Amino acid sequence: MTPTSAPAAGTGLRLRGITKRFGDLVANNSIDLDITPGEIHCLLGENGAGKTTLMNVLYGLLQPDEGTISIDDVEHVHSNPKEAIAAGIGMVHQHFMLVDVFTVAENLILGREDGTAGLLNMGEARRTVQRLSERYGLDVDPDALIEDLPVGVQQRVEILKALANDAKYLILDEPTAVLTPQETDQLMAVMRSLRDEGKAIVFITHKLREVREIADKITVIRHGKVVGTAKQTDSEADLAELMVGRAVKLVVDKKPASPTAEPRLVMKGVSAASPNGTLAVQDLDLEVSGGEIVCIAGVQGNGQTEFAEALLGVTPVIKGSIHLDGKPLTGLSPRETIDAGLGFVPEDRQQHGCVGSFTVAENLILNHYDEHPYARGIALDLSRVRHNAAHRVNEFDIRTQSIESTVSSLSGGNQQKVVLARELSRPLVLLVASQPTRGLDVGAIEFVHKRLMEERDRGTAVVIVSTELDEVVALADRIAVMYRGRIVGIVPPDTSREVLGLMMAGIPTEEALASASMTTLAEEDAALEASLQEVPHES
Amino acid sequence: MSPERRSRRIVIPWSDVLITIASIVLAFVVGALLMIFSDTEVRSKFAYFFARPSDALIASWDKVSNAYGALIMGAIGGYGAITETTAQAAPLICAGLGVGLAFRAGLFNIGAQGQAILGTIVAAYVGFTWHLPPGIHLLLAVLGGLLGGAAWGGIVGWLKAKTGAHEVIVTIMMNYIAAGLLAFLLTTPAFQRPGRTDPISPIVDWNATMPRLEGGQLHLGFVLALLAAVAVWWILDRSTTGFAIRAVGANPHAAATAGMSVGRTTVITMLLAGGLAGLAGVEAALGPSASGLPVPLSAGIVGSVGFDAITVALLGRSRPLGIVLAGLLFGALHAGGLAMQSVAQTPLTLTTVLQALIVLFVAAPALITKIIPFLKPRQTRALGPVPEGGLA
Repeated sequence: MTPTSAPAAGTGLRLRGITKRFGDLVANNSIDLDITPGEIHCLLGENGAGKTTLMNVLYGLLQPDEGTISIDDVEHVHSNPKEAIAAGIGMVHQHFMLVDVFTVAENLILGREDGTAGLLNMGEARRTVQRLSERYGLDVDPDALIEDLPVGVQQRVEILKALANDAKYLILDEPTAVLTPQETDQLMAVMRSLRDEGKAIVFITHKLREVREIADKITVIRHGKVVGTAKQTDSEADLAELMVGRAVKLVVDKKPASPTAEPRLVMKGVSAASPNGTLAVQDLDLEVSGGEIVCIAGVQGNGQTEFAEALLGVTPVIKGSIHLDGKPLTGLSPRETIDAGLGFVPEDRQQHGCVGSFTVAENLILNHYDEHPYARGIALDLSRVRHNAAHRVNEFDIRTQSIESTVSSLSGGNQQKVVLARELSRPLVLLVASQPTRGLDVGAIEFVHKRLMEERDRGTAVVIVSTELDEVVALADRIAVMYRGRIVGIVPPDTSREVLGLMMAGIPTEEALASASMTTLAEEDAALEASLQEVPHES
Repeated sequence: MSPERRSRRIVIPWSDVLITIASIVLAFVVGALLMIFSDTEVRSKFAYFFARPSDALIASWDKVSNAYGALIMGAIGGYGAITETTAQAAPLICAGLGVGLAFRAGLFNIGAQGQAILGTIVAAYVGFTWHLPPGIHLLLAVLGGLLGGAAWGGIVGWLKAKTGAHEVIVTIMMNYIAAGLLAFLLTTPAFQRPGRTDPISPIVDWNATMPRLEGGQLHLGFVLALLAAVAVWWILDRSTTGFAIRAVGANPHAAATAGMSVGRTTVITMLLAGGLAGLAGVEAALGPSASGLPVPLSAGIVGSVGFDAITVALLGRSRPLGIVLAGLLFGALHAGGLAMQSVAQTPLTLTTVLQALIVLFVAAPALITKIIPFLKPRQTRALGPVPEGGLA
């Protein structure tokens, strides 16, 4: 791994033998990495492979146990982000670090309010925004409030912040997770113009398509080690194999669906508000039959969370009606919807799915702890609780020291198995699963998908909310695309990615189909190739 | 990932125990330094320390050993001292349980003071106004006090569940109202002792006084406190209600998603917590004093039990056994402090300083491990090896 080109002076950023351990776990194992100005360097790896850990080491958020970082042949130790920033390293985190009620310019001078005599130099900040915007083609209004800006533009502000600090090395941590395909294209254009200006860009992702589109150099990390470098021209299947370490099964085993004639879930004109009072779900109509999987596709933050929570009854339905097997679900408490046959796999398993400090056994009875057979009067029957836990741990292959281990000591995949074991261990009418495979490794993903399919084939109506198009396409019998709280359209799973992308940006089905059909044959070929070589379901 | 958690319920958290013991020792060391440097006579000997260091050292040793000797004798030196400790500990344990139980539900109950005052008011009123046969009178007075405290706590829970009012603010305000209510009631004919103009109530009937063992201060209140601790343990670890309380405390989002009613659990928790703090008030109203009769109701009758309870709950890590031990320790400090004041002429306030120092050290375990480094490896080993989300 020697630098292939060195347009700027010096040798760029070198990581040598970086090792980072958490207890017994080696997150980074003697990693070497060269980052050269004027290059887009893709760091490819599964969730948990150690990409973010490595970048946190580089950015000074973590200290390496071994290894060195050098910039232009000078060794650097970054004991905090401030030092890393001073050394010319900028980072755009997965979750933006912006103050919502401040303007773009105000956010830019956050943390370096260095005006004279305690006065903020807002004029200077505003000029900086304009100067950088023009130079790199990042179109941002310096006086706009962050909360009014779409996610894609907020991301640009984060990039601007890094650039305002004179970052030469820009780390983008999973920047496309929150973007529509079209916004992703815009981001890529920005990345190219930054590269052409001589910046080095580290692009962390697990989306193979993006890697192949933009990378100058690809480094694949698996289990904390660099397992190889790849070329942009390598096929996605090759990249996936390198990333996962074995040939990846490219499709989910999916028997044809046999949906019931009568829909089991009927939603009519449903509106629900988000906690801050804005209408997150608006006039939503949806019918789901037993024995089919309907995937709710869409970019994060278009009301999917509130949609799922409205079904559960955590978020109140302000308008419209929900019926499950003909019985009204509207206005019921979560307890009552669960009793009516709703299985719920929440989006965020650590926040909503389980109680981290509770044991595996306790988490497995979290939503029927006070019912037969676990309760006698108000006393818990601990032997039954343990017996149930032993049984479920076995059935769902939950890897845990014991049933008395706390759930927070389990890996993400096993935590998710605990949630699934709890939700799928009783007869269901409707299963709502949000981001069911987020952050899981491939083995766990296969397992989760298999169980979801089994639940479908048992006649349950299954609704899966996912922002991963690959997962949506792999699992769905029908795809409902959600945009700003509405269902834009419902399309079959063989719909092209481009049409889905347009719909995710709010273009109605017919228009999306029409404008997609105008694209050239070449692109269709690419789409075809992509759908053949797709890794269907990574998080 | 952490084999030491295999049987969580049985394992003793040794690192916590060690830290707590170290905190107590350190607090006494700092207390000793305070005594030495606040005593003018000892300090005068330090003026010629380099000429004759023995004078200063001997004077210091005498000062500290006299004071702590008196403290220890007053707390555990003989049957009378020990029973005085249990009598002092009983209300601390009850109110500490009230604070600790609320902690487990994620609620910071600053209102044990007000809840104890309400318990005192009702228990004393029943005690001196009604005249009932033995047994029944005491039972009703105790139950009345429990209900009074529970109602005072329940109001807080209800306000939080219905309106989202923050329990810290509400309980603080409820403390003021309770104190004001007691002061007001003592001016009314129903509460004021006939023939008196100062705010003091009649003496509680003998039938409503907690029975005590002959020759000491060991009375029913301490037994009730231990029973309350067992009850709290059972509720938290063995009942469905406790399961919900712990779930809501550990992760209210997950609890709500699993169908638990966070509001209902909040109200139940505050009712129970209020009842427990009320029991502390009952003991103040019905527990026999040294004379054998209960102290009549007055404005300061519960002292600062509700605030001491917070430190008891903190020291006891909000666990029933821990709270009993912490309550006994602070009870011993109270009991011994009285002896220390009379025998060694050391002000009682030193015990308050000791209490505060112990909790301060416990609350800052990092400080302890800095001062006593050998505690550190045990501490880190007890923590999970991998920080959550450390990889990605």
